[in-house]
Amino acid sequence: MRYSTHLLLAGALSALACSPALAQGDAARGQQWASQGDGSGAPCLACHGANGEGNDAGGFPRLAGLDADYLTKQMLDYRSGARVSPIMQPNVDSFSEAQIRDLAAYYAGLPSRSVTVTGTVSDELLALGETLANNGDWDSYIPPCATCHGPGNRGVGASFPALAGQSPNYLSQQLKAWQSGQRHNDPNQLMAAVATRLSDQQIEAVAAYLGRLNASDDGEIKP
Amino acid sequence: MNSLRYTTAVTAMVLSLTTPLAAQTEVPVNLPTYEEGKYVHQAPTVEDLMADESLHPELREVILKGRDMFLNTQQFRGEYVFNDMTCKSCHMGEGRMNWSGPVWPAVTTLPDFRGKNRHVNSVEERIAGCFAYSMNGQPPAYGSDDMLAMVAYHQWLARSAPVYERNIAGRGFSHLGRERPELDYGRGREVYEQQCAVCHGDDGQGQHKDGQVVFPPLWGDDSYNWGAGMTRIFTAASFIKNNMPLGKPGSLSDDDAWQVANYINSQERPQDPRYTGDVRETREQFYNFHQHTNYGTEVNGQLLGDHDNTGHKPFLKPDNLRPRTFE
Repeated sequence: MRYSTHLLLAGALSALACSPALAQGDAARGQQWASQGDGSGAPCLACHGANGEGNDAGGFPRLAGLDADYLTKQMLDYRSGARVSPIMQPNVDSFSEAQIRDLAAYYAGLPSRSVTVTGTVSDELLALGETLANNGDWDSYIPPCATCHGPGNRGVGASFPALAGQSPNYLSQQLKAWQSGQRHNDPNQLMAAVATRLSDQQIEAVAAYLGRLNASDDGEIKP
Repeated sequence: MNSLRYTTAVTAMVLSLTTPLAAQTEVPVNLPTYEEGKYVHQAPTVEDLMADESLHPELREVILKGRDMFLNTQQFRGEYVFNDMTCKSCHMGEGRMNWSGPVWPAVTTLPDFRGKNRHVNSVEERIAGCFAYSMNGQPPAYGSDDMLAMVAYHQWLARSAPVYERNIAGRGFSHLGRERPELDYGRGREVYEQQCAVCHGDDGQGQHKDGQVVFPPLWGDDSYNWGAGMTRIFTAASFIKNNMPLGKPGSLSDDDAWQVANYINSQERPQDPRYTGDVRETREQFYNFHQHTNYGTEVNGQLLGDHDNTGHKPFLKPDNLRPRTFE
């Protein structure tokens, strides 16, 4: 019985995803929802920051400047359980789809800015991360991140989110979630394929490097 | 609060906690096994290049220049390249990888006779072919600094490979053979929409960001022209089978790879530089090549390649694409 409810919801969502010309969200309303929350959980800004800048220590990703359709899909997936998070699920489950689109429009419209990364990592680790991000490790069939996530890893379209200036803790958590199978809402397993081939050290390195990239610049490491 | 939605969300969470999701995900790399007796080459990496103290520093610089040309070929947009392709669009993994059209065999097997242009080709001519067809462009001049840099990169990748060895594992794009199954345009489109469109777009025009090409267009003015090896359906099928979707080689069935190769190569693209002015005549004249393409045939009632469009390239045929006679 429960399973069929789940299926129905999944069916309804995929029908929505296929319907053409979905209305764009309203950023001003989205700002209101971000500070109010969904009525049953914490408001977005409590964890993601007043300007959507994220919080690396908590592993809360930056949302500012991410693609609106990407953000919408993630929130819908949290709501449906297609993306699993005991934290996010109760915080978005009472938002309507229209409210989710408003939120996505709001965060997508905020200027991209890198998360504040605390702590230091070795130059060797950053160099390894840079190599992975830009050259990959083809002998392990790991293409460079930039092949899909674009110039400076600043993201491409609705399916390949910006990684530059994203919280390193969040990035490494997500890569590990793909490895374990906990996260599996990527199109055609494109991310799972790569994530499962990364070593723990490679995850640490690439997350550290990407998190220190400028979110809006040309991929230079911040001084 | 909407209580129905709340119930559903909780249900979904319970489900995801109780279903065996925690199993390790693994997406296999299903590449063909090397056939017995074939030479298997392990091309060196850029780290090897930097560590090799036997190389003259100037040679290392030239090899690195060639590598940069190979990886960032769009820097020559409007000079050598007139579409959105780069060398690594087809030769993935920096041109090093077996099953991905590794480029080093060009320097160990050439000069040799090539059926495509029916004369003995140099390495430079082979590279020029990629620029003229796959990049719909004007190849660097023979003997130029840029051409030398390209050749130097190719030759360095061939380090320690036996010269004139032709029995090479993972070479080229022909693993699925040349015998095509029955092809169906609609079936190919289905595979395209399910497997390819997320990156290359519903319209096949790829995706761009900040003025740079991220996912190359697969047809149209910004893609390879009708003379490119990739227009041969068997070439595209083998490329797709062993390289696409990116990160998931071997994940498509052989038939799906053929069907989608046919779909992609049933779309219009810039004219073959060897065009005589008549597409059917051109197909006939280069039939050993075009018997494997849809060029000059009717697909969905349209005669493919029946046009004078050279894409963004303001000429048809590069001047260094010419026959040799040795007379």
